[in-house]
Amino acid sequence: MRIKMRIRRFNPETDSSPWWGEYWVDVEATDRVLDALHQVKWYQDGTLTLRRSCAHGICGSDAMVINGRNALACKVLMQDVGDVCQVEALRSMPLIKDLVVDMEPFFAKYRAVLPYLINEELPAAGERRQSQEARARFDDTTKCILCAACTTSCPSFWANEDYIGPAAIVQAHRFIFDDRDTAADLRLRALNDVDGVWRCRTVFNCVQACPREIDVTRAIGEVKLALMNGGD
Amino acid sequence: MAALVESIYKGITYRGAEGQWAWILHRASGLGIALFLYMHIVSIFVAAIGPGPYAWVHATLYTSPPAKVLEVFLLFGVLYHAANGMRIIIIDFFPTLGKYQRTIVRIELVLVAVVLVPAAIITLHSLF
Ligand code: SF4
Ligand code: FES
Repeated sequence: MRIKMRIRRFNPETDSSPWWGEYWVDVEATDRVLDALHQVKWYQDGTLTLRRSCAHGICGSDAMVINGRNALACKVLMQDVGDVCQVEALRSMPLIKDLVVDMEPFFAKYRAVLPYLINEELPAAGERRQSQEARARFDDTTKCILCAACTTSCPSFWANEDYIGPAAIVQAHRFIFDDRDTAADLRLRALNDVDGVWRCRTVFNCVQACPREIDVTRAIGEVKLALMNGGD
Repeated sequence: MAALVESIYKGITYRGAEGQWAWILHRASGLGIALFLYMHIVSIFVAAIGPGPYAWVHATLYTSPPAKVLEVFLLFGVLYHAANGMRIIIIDFFPTLGKYQRTIVRIELVLVAVVLVPAAIITLHSLF
């Protein structure tokens, strides 16, 4: 099928503001938006700049706004986009070029929640054992691939880019509720900030955007409750 | 200001679902209620000017057809803001209910309609 791609282009060296480029592509119904972007880049305009790596929904590098909604270009099929496929870079992130944004502010927030296991005690018999129930407690939030689709779909984040954002809270949740970890207090303190969890207004755009189908708002809600109850 | 306009633009052009529209309506109804309160204070203050103007505002202006229609909007704003506030509180205390949020928004709208429709009929009755 023949589909029109509308791509929001921006070259900082020549453009003063972004503009919409239009390209026609021939695709199979089961091709993905990423394949259509490749067609444009490989056969029509080599200057089109985008980020992608795995092409299988696991590296999280090709999140973008597809027909008005955040998604991974490598996970959306052309048969689901209609006759016109409109693609733009993630919102509220510094735009570098075309579909590429600067992820550094996003990763700075990720680092702020100490996203690694902290436990100074030596494990008893060479490894830390964990029951299946304890592991299940944070299973959902282990699935995050840090694509930023959730954070950049959030109205609270559009209004205030200092908001730590759903992705960082999801990552904090993964360790706060891990019974092998001992630093929940540190993370909860970071999230109790004015720009922490309380900026969440339960809009649920993050849940809709997450390509890993993580129940993001639930994770945020559990962190809010943990704070209210004074710990985990 | 530019940042505000930009974030409103982002809100309108992003294809969020029930949650996003419920949130936008919550903000809009909150602003509407706040505006009404200011208007209310001003119209009560008219009593300080004299009984004549006060009576005109309340008996003539407030009973005119446009004011009656605005009153229905006010009713909707108050009912919606209250119902949606309850929804947010419920989800905040029971985060696991989040997966039913779309259904909860719909139930909320039905409840608002059940109260709003008879109330609107009573309010607008005098116009016909
Ligand atoms: S929670 Fe989902 S949407 Fe957010 S960064 Fe992780 S994988 Fe992406
Ligand atoms: S390219 Fe890796 S997630 Fe899409």
